[in-house]
Amino acid sequence: MGLKKRTGFWTDAKEFIIRYRFLHLMILPCVLYFAVFKYAPMYGVVMAFKNYDAVGGFLGIMQAPWVGFDNFLRFFNSIYFKRLLGNTVLISIYRLLFSFSSPIVMAILINEIKNTHFKRIVQTITYMPHFLSWVIVSGLLIVLCSPSSGAVAGLFKAFGMEPIYFLSDTRYFRPMLVISEIWKSVGWGTIIYLAAITGIDQEIYEAATIDGASRLQKIFRITVPQLSSIISIMFILAVGRILDENFEQIFNMYNPAVYEVADVFETYVYRTGILSAQYSYSAAVGLFKSFVSLILVLSSNQLAHLLGNEGLW
Amino acid sequence: MKRESAGDRIFQIINTVVMITICCIMLYPIIFVAGRSLMSDVERAARPLALFPEKISMLAYSFIFMRGSYVGSAYFVTISRTIAGSACSLAVTTLAAYVLSRKEYPLRNAFTVMIVFTMWFNGGMIPNFLLVQSLNLNNKFLVYILPQLVSAWNLLIMRNFFSSIPETLFESAKIDGANDLQIYARIVMPLSGAAIATIGLFYAVWQWNAWFDSLMYVSDRSLWTMQLFLREIIRNVQSIDLLDQSSSIGALPPAESVQMATIVVATLPILCLYPFLQKFFVKGVMVGSLKG
Repeated sequence: MGLKKRTGFWTDAKEFIIRYRFLHLMILPCVLYFAVFKYAPMYGVVMAFKNYDAVGGFLGIMQAPWVGFDNFLRFFNSIYFKRLLGNTVLISIYRLLFSFSSPIVMAILINEIKNTHFKRIVQTITYMPHFLSWVIVSGLLIVLCSPSSGAVAGLFKAFGMEPIYFLSDTRYFRPMLVISEIWKSVGWGTIIYLAAITGIDQEIYEAATIDGASRLQKIFRITVPQLSSIISIMFILAVGRILDENFEQIFNMYNPAVYEVADVFETYVYRTGILSAQYSYSAAVGLFKSFVSLILVLSSNQLAHLLGNEGLW
Repeated sequence: MKRESAGDRIFQIINTVVMITICCIMLYPIIFVAGRSLMSDVERAARPLALFPEKISMLAYSFIFMRGSYVGSAYFVTISRTIAGSACSLAVTTLAAYVLSRKEYPLRNAFTVMIVFTMWFNGGMIPNFLLVQSLNLNNKFLVYILPQLVSAWNLLIMRNFFSSIPETLFESAKIDGANDLQIYARIVMPLSGAAIATIGLFYAVWQWNAWFDSLMYVSDRSLWTMQLFLREIIRNVQSIDLLDQSSSIGALPPAESVQMATIVVATLPILCLYPFLQKFFVKGVMVGSLKG
């Protein structure tokens, strides 16, 4: 037929579309969603290098004039840079030290429970707080710590002491972050480790029992070393998420009295960006946060290799 | 063989005591707030550490539900978004997961990379905020559904579930002339009841607990969610004025009991359903962690 051979690009493309038409159609909503709500905002990040004043909506970002690193320099020269970086690093270290390690200990202890019913009850109760939002957890905390009527204040008064409002005291705010984080997620965090413990070869334990090892020896000589590779992977994942997870918790728990010790990148982005409408400046702060997050992930992966475990890559 | 040494028995006893203590710590704040939300002010002041009321007073509850028109509407908004949001998310997620599990689909890897990339990199709060503004989603119910429609994590878990369905089922259906939509609807979906329940519950819990989108994008209080409303009540003791006071005459119950009652109202549905659904959640975490 005809003069042209029908094997050109467009015929191939047409054939490709028709052949997989159902699959294309089925994934279309999902791809559209990711393009609009995930990838378009990634383009929007260029506003950090521009002077964008909300003219022309989201597409107005394209027209906004470039200003190079001005927004970043303004941030680095403000008092907030040192404060936010310091708080972020400190709070993250606290979280990794305490909130990350507690589910490992908890999982080992749960695994040592021999009565299945009791074990299941413990699991059900400790998993539960995971399903409460930070709004509710902070609400519980505020009520418990309330200096006028909380349980903590009641306890202090019973011993004739002046009640401390832990959530408004710069000395106690960070410990409160760690305690509430452990309360909320220690149980849920055990699931992965419990599964890993179940996967350990029982023969190792039997051999150790025959050699006369005690419970504690078996925990420290078998269970912990066997868990080390999953611990290292979970660690890197935790580091990758840590700066994002900080936000919801701190945002619901902090108040102006403790900004000095509680303010982190995202909370500051919210106040300057959403409340004061300094879009370009706060986008620059947000981008810097992503940069810090990336460095943390890269270095924790490196750390895992140094300690002789496999990392994520 | 089975005899335990004295040291092991002591360890067992200590471990049991520690576990019981931890369970009490987990339950205490919830019991404290729930119990005291039922007390009258006088009793609360007189018995600062008591957990259970001597005389039950429903004043705070009747206040937030009868006169507080916003609490009722916030509850309705939360229930609506949980149902509509999870249903939409589930539909889009399962359709996409089906496609990503089909090995013959040429764009499978490209789309998988596109989706996984968003698990590590995102535009951040400000570009997202401006985008939603520009799409004119402010103060619309859709803002609770669209911006968080698909979770990359849930999508990958779903794909793993679908990949474990034997390939022969697909082949024989293809030979019988079924297209992919039919295979999805008649074979894959009916076989994946547990997976769908798991992922649907993950979405539902997320929707139930969501508040930040409400805070960012919705200024119209009649469209606020329960969680945001609770947040405002907790943070501003004076925010009793958030409740519609037009019809109320006389003394208002103190802010504190309203705080407690609102916490209970926002928490109760999850606490009641959770024990029955726990196994689905645990399963989802395990499957997600194995390959993810």
